[in-house]
Amino acid sequence: MNAPAQEGHLVPCSVYVWVWAALLCLTAVTVSAKYADLQHLAIFAALLIATVKAGLVVLYFMHVRFEKPIFAVMILVLLATYGIYIGLTFVDYANR
Amino acid sequence: MADGGTTSTDLHGAAGAAHAGGYDPMAAKMGMWLFLFTEVLLFGALFIVYGVYLHGFTWQFQQGSARLSIPVGAVNTAILLTSSLTMALAIAALQRARPARARRLLFATVGCAGAFLVIKAFEWAGKFAHGVYPGAAFLLEQSKGEIVFFGLYFTMTGLHALHVLVGVPVILWAGRRIRSGAISPEHSVFLENAGLYWHLVDLIWIYLFPLFYLIS
Repeated sequence: MNAPAQEGHLVPCSVYVWVWAALLCLTAVTVSAKYADLQHLAIFAALLIATVKAGLVVLYFMHVRFEKPIFAVMILVLLATYGIYIGLTFVDYANR
Repeated sequence: MADGGTTSTDLHGAAGAAHAGGYDPMAAKMGMWLFLFTEVLLFGALFIVYGVYLHGFTWQFQQGSARLSIPVGAVNTAILLTSSLTMALAIAALQRARPARARRLLFATVGCAGAFLVIKAFEWAGKFAHGVYPGAAFLLEQSKGEIVFFGLYFTMTGLHALHVLVGVPVILWAGRRIRSGAISPEHSVFLENAGLYWHLVDLIWIYLFPLFYLIS
């Protein structure tokens, strides 16, 4: 499924449809999880599901899986930068 | 992309080879990603503000969230996800040298964007009618945390809706350029970059939906 796509840059349309179906299913999961009374875990469960969805969008819809690796590296640098940004903010906030 | 020897009907250029005539899709895409990074950090800063206030006003944020309609938010999520699918399929259609199909899929994407904005407008109008908007007398009587919650709700979904609104003319312009031949299977980076922008707008909503609608 993956190998021919990488060669010709042509991803089969069915891949996009499957990704879309998975995204809709995960939306249904995140809505039903809301009613499952997860208490404090709820926000983390919601963020985890959202991150899985974001990963699908970036890898398939935004083609990062089929592009040169430099794009994935750039995105990881962005995420690391944002991680530091979040970390330092909360370290600062927690110690006031 | 295309190696030499392709007979391009493209307006830009006599040169068929990908790197001639100043056409460099890799560089164009990389520039687009750098722009998207600035967008991520813009919304990222707002998400941090949200996180800090959620930590301080957990209970009030849950009360504020209870005032939002989950079905409306879920339907809008499905609409945006579908618009991302049609955008990805439009690029796939163009790469397979089917420009008419690509344009139809772009119109479907714009249709989804319109539906999203109309639903959002009705949702906001409903909130306004109940006195829930920044500075409204009713909202100012609520707890401080709820005022902050709705301040963030209107700022973040408003900024997101603005991005949806900007995406519409960009996608329509791409459709026009497909018809004129300026975007072709060999010169498709404009459409691909419009797609990257559109998917990012979808991606931001993927986080906005649970954080505002699903925490009650």
